[in-house]
Amino acid sequence: MGHVTPVRTYLLVYVALLVLTAATVGAAFLPLGPLSVVAALAIAGVKATLVLLWFMHMRESSRVTWILAAAGLAWLLLLILPVIVDYLTRGWVLAPKGW
Amino acid sequence: MSERTALLEPQFDRLEQQREASSIGMWAFLASEVLFFGTLFAGYAVYHTLFPEAFQEGSRMLVWPAGAVNTAVLLTSSLTMALAVRAARTGSRSGALLFLLATVFFGAVFLGIKGWEYADEVHKGHVPAGLGSLFGWAGTEGPDAPRTDLFLTFYFIMTGFHALHMVVGLGLMLWMAWTVLRSPIDRAAGPVEMTGLYWHFVDVVWIFLFPMLYLLGLD
Repeated sequence: MGHVTPVRTYLLVYVALLVLTAATVGAAFLPLGPLSVVAALAIAGVKATLVLLWFMHMRESSRVTWILAAAGLAWLLLLILPVIVDYLTRGWVLAPKGW
Repeated sequence: MSERTALLEPQFDRLEQQREASSIGMWAFLASEVLFFGTLFAGYAVYHTLFPEAFQEGSRMLVWPAGAVNTAVLLTSSLTMALAVRAARTGSRSGALLFLLATVFFGAVFLGIKGWEYADEVHKGHVPAGLGSLFGWAGTEGPDAPRTDLFLTFYFIMTGFHALHMVVGLGLMLWMAWTVLRSPIDRAAGPVEMTGLYWHFVDVVWIFLFPMLYLLGLD
């Protein structure tokens, strides 16, 4: 089964996840305006990366696993981003009357 | 028959290949799960963009400390899950069993807190009016109620599907505990690792749900 991660590493990742959870709550109380969404997603992204790399062992996984994980992320972005861009840019271009 | 060949299913040449195949199958399933939750995230993103104030008002109806505690509980269950996989990999049957049951415990605590939250929201009338009238509960009121209801609908559907995944996960963990008891630990290690991937995935979904649903409009 190959390499075994030391218990101490798992505990460190766990503590980091708890600290980041506290950070995301703290950031929510700051008057960041529209940046608060960015901060929340960035912290959640770091937390998810920690879980993926250490708890889900992606660090030791084969390239095929990485491709599948990347495909999941790529399709997710393809699902969300164009839809958001559509809604954000509606009304930017006004078609002439009668169209 | 040597011990090594006893672990190998007939369709595989080598143990490494067998392990790789199950891992790839699990990751492909998880990628499809990403898209399942992804549609909900996309819908949420659109309506959050359109009605930011109503979403903040809806978010303030939730008990954010309960969500924060639940995040910590779920992260703890992920730690015990990782330790269960580690114990199974290193051949410790009692360790694997102990940490699997700890994972079940923390998962159950999470669902308990979630259930308390749902009851609290029904009690306070913080449910979409449509859902309220369906079950005879008081729903949200006020001029912005339809838009706040939209947030609450996302909240109940997203956390509801997440909780459903938790229930499935708890069933899998109990199954794995049974497997660890019944079969040799080196045979159980693979399945324990695969169910662990599922459990951590459900944790990752919650990591995004928590700030999106609970932490809007606190500043």
